[in-house]
Amino acid sequence: MHQVEIATTQDTLLDSPEMVLNMGPQHPSTHGVLRVVLKLDGETVIDLDCDIGYLHRGMEKIAENRMYTMIAPYWDRLDYIAAVSNGLVWVETVEQMMGLVVPPRAHYLRTILTELNRIASHLLWLATHALDIGAVTVLLWALREREEILKIFERQFGARLTCHAWRVGGMTNDAYDDFHKDVRQFVNNFPKRLDEYETVLSENRIWLSRTVGIGVISAADAIAIGLSGPALRGSGVAWDIRKSRPYAAYGEMDFDIPVGENGDTYDRYLVRLEEMRQSRRIIDQALENLPDGPVNAKLPKVVKPPVGDYYHSIEGPKGEIGCYLVSDGSAQPWRVRVRPPSFVNLQALKQMCLGHLVADVVAIIGTLDIVLGEIDR
Amino acid sequence: MLLFGPINVLNDLLLKFFSADTINYFVWPLIQIGLVVTLVAAWVAYATYLERKISAFMQARLGPMRVGPWGLLQPIADGIKLLAKEDFIPEKADRWIFFFAPYIAVASAFIVFSVVPFGPDWAVIADVNIGLLLVLAVSSVGVLALILAGWSSNSKYALLGGLRSSAQMVSYEVAMGLSLIGALMFARTLSLSGMVYAQGSDSIWYIVYQPAGFLIFLISGIAENNRAPFDLPEAESELVAGFHTEYSGMRWSLFFMAEYAAMVVVAAVAATVYLGGWYFPFVDRLEQNGYHNLYVVVSLLVFLIKASVILYIYFWLRWTLPRFRYDQLMDIGWKWLIPSALINIVLTAFAVFLVQALNGWRDMKTIEAVNQGLNLTATGKIIMFVTGLISVFITGALLSRINWRSRDFNLKTQRRNIRLVNVAKGKPAVEAVQQ
Repeated sequence: MHQVEIATTQDTLLDSPEMVLNMGPQHPSTHGVLRVVLKLDGETVIDLDCDIGYLHRGMEKIAENRMYTMIAPYWDRLDYIAAVSNGLVWVETVEQMMGLVVPPRAHYLRTILTELNRIASHLLWLATHALDIGAVTVLLWALREREEILKIFERQFGARLTCHAWRVGGMTNDAYDDFHKDVRQFVNNFPKRLDEYETVLSENRIWLSRTVGIGVISAADAIAIGLSGPALRGSGVAWDIRKSRPYAAYGEMDFDIPVGENGDTYDRYLVRLEEMRQSRRIIDQALENLPDGPVNAKLPKVVKPPVGDYYHSIEGPKGEIGCYLVSDGSAQPWRVRVRPPSFVNLQALKQMCLGHLVADVVAIIGTLDIVLGEIDR
Repeated sequence: MLLFGPINVLNDLLLKFFSADTINYFVWPLIQIGLVVTLVAAWVAYATYLERKISAFMQARLGPMRVGPWGLLQPIADGIKLLAKEDFIPEKADRWIFFFAPYIAVASAFIVFSVVPFGPDWAVIADVNIGLLLVLAVSSVGVLALILAGWSSNSKYALLGGLRSSAQMVSYEVAMGLSLIGALMFARTLSLSGMVYAQGSDSIWYIVYQPAGFLIFLISGIAENNRAPFDLPEAESELVAGFHTEYSGMRWSLFFMAEYAAMVVVAAVAATVYLGGWYFPFVDRLEQNGYHNLYVVVSLLVFLIKASVILYIYFWLRWTLPRFRYDQLMDIGWKWLIPSALINIVLTAFAVFLVQALNGWRDMKTIEAVNQGLNLTATGKIIMFVTGLISVFITGALLSRINWRSRDFNLKTQRRNIRLVNVAKGKPAVEAVQQ
């Protein structure tokens, strides 16, 4: 296990100028079971180390002993905030490895539902991020909108959080009867709600002073660490897998990539808010052009991808979530490896936090938008 | 007056056992203290209920609804629950200090109510001639409880919370004390009842003369009470629960009560000094018509309403604003509030001087009389009001000059907007921005 190598220079607390503060794994704002060991001088962070693994379930190993179709539910438990997106990586990887042609209606429905999931994930991020900085009311407002999405998920998939959304080759069910109406209603109401959050936060002086210039990371550093998703785009790199290697129906959608300039917490906040608007745009288009037809491809009795390895990734709400799959031609994969966006994004924590105060550490953990289920796997 | 009949009966009864002096200086004050402590405790309990209801309305939910109609019995249920909970003391805690810290907090918050004038005559326990000083002095003892609680818990989070609260309360007390001086120049007394009488005889509220002073007092009062957006000592996202992290059960609820009681104190003092206390136009007609006790009760209600309005502002701010960071809080205290309080003193002194100098100049009459407070004529009031308004702008301009170079000064120009990149379909989307 990872040894945390942070200690004060003196034996007792009173003698030493520094203090070691153990934040987590049970702490209200480390977003799960992240343990951060901080070395403080007064309240300034001078050193920091993360300890993870409290939620390790050995998902990658379990996957080696399951049939391809049985692995999908395990993916829902990775990033439990964005189960729909996670599930999509797995089924698309298997489909692409087998060369299955998925019907266009399934592609469009996948686009709509993953974008809804992106909005839900960003709303939960907004709620907890604002709560970490002390704006409690935004939490309940954001959860109110997220509830609308979860209701759609519940009717479509039968579950709110860990919805086992897809099947290899398409979808379990076609969209339910009122799907079109429900999504349309959400799409119409949502911009008004987003403006509400903006009035509370965007121009708020306290919010600005807590986020502008906090946790700055340059574009070069962000690329070197391997950041992806809003954390990378906040630093000014226009990198989005939905554009660069379109999957599902994204190739046919018209949308913009929001890009920040300073790479600070405030820019990442703006980028995520704008992403929600763009997601809404995508849903709007996909709903408009939703084709008719079947939602399932014809599958063999047992899913057996050919021998070889394959990497596929999608733009999850947290960043690039990828799957590296090695098949030996049998009904079970030989090796599954997850490329977890939260895990990679967490590596930037130390660089972002050094020199800031304890309160900023909380804000920076919030802005990285990590989910421990995905970090520990 | 049926309502007040029993009081006279009780007085007659007491006269059979004690001498008149004992009753006036000992027995009645004791009864008053009992009443005030009970009523304030109830007020504090229902302040928590109100806060939960108000926050619920702001957050699109209902708040407590289960216990009693509209959840009205919720504070009582909470009290019983907290009493029944285990009072846990950490093994390595400093037992005695840990034990007594909550009592200091509650006592310092409740002692202040002895000088708060809830109304005229019998509605005030002690009309001390240094009332305002006593309020400031006693409420600053409250910080001791937080430091002791933070230290004795033997927990790093509690220690950080205690350190933060001591720094915060010490620096904001300065601004709070300084902001009151402007009002003192008009009232010419430190007695809280005296300030109400001064505003009554001048028939004006001092918020009209002292808008800047009122704002400074309100802001530093919030900070002094560790309320959001200044609730750093107990910032739950960073410090778990701050200085009372290790407290549980009734001892924790004592801290909670102390916090709300301190809040009620600041609201009461603000209402007394700036909003005329229990004074309200035309209510004293009741006194002239001989309804003395009714007059006292109506004045008391007026006072409660005024204090509740300020409490509502507290709740409103708490559920609207994010939390400041520790260093930003210190910046606001030392770079904004204390200079503005000092500037306000100078400007108010100048305005008072101006009004006095103008009195008698070219037959102008600005001062009505100087008895207890400064009584101004209509002309004098207008001059005072206008100078008060102007002084807000002068203060703002001077402060902007002082803080011109500070990082947090103009954040709106520092922030830059995001841009939208639209990549045409089928083209690679990697576009690193030249820094």
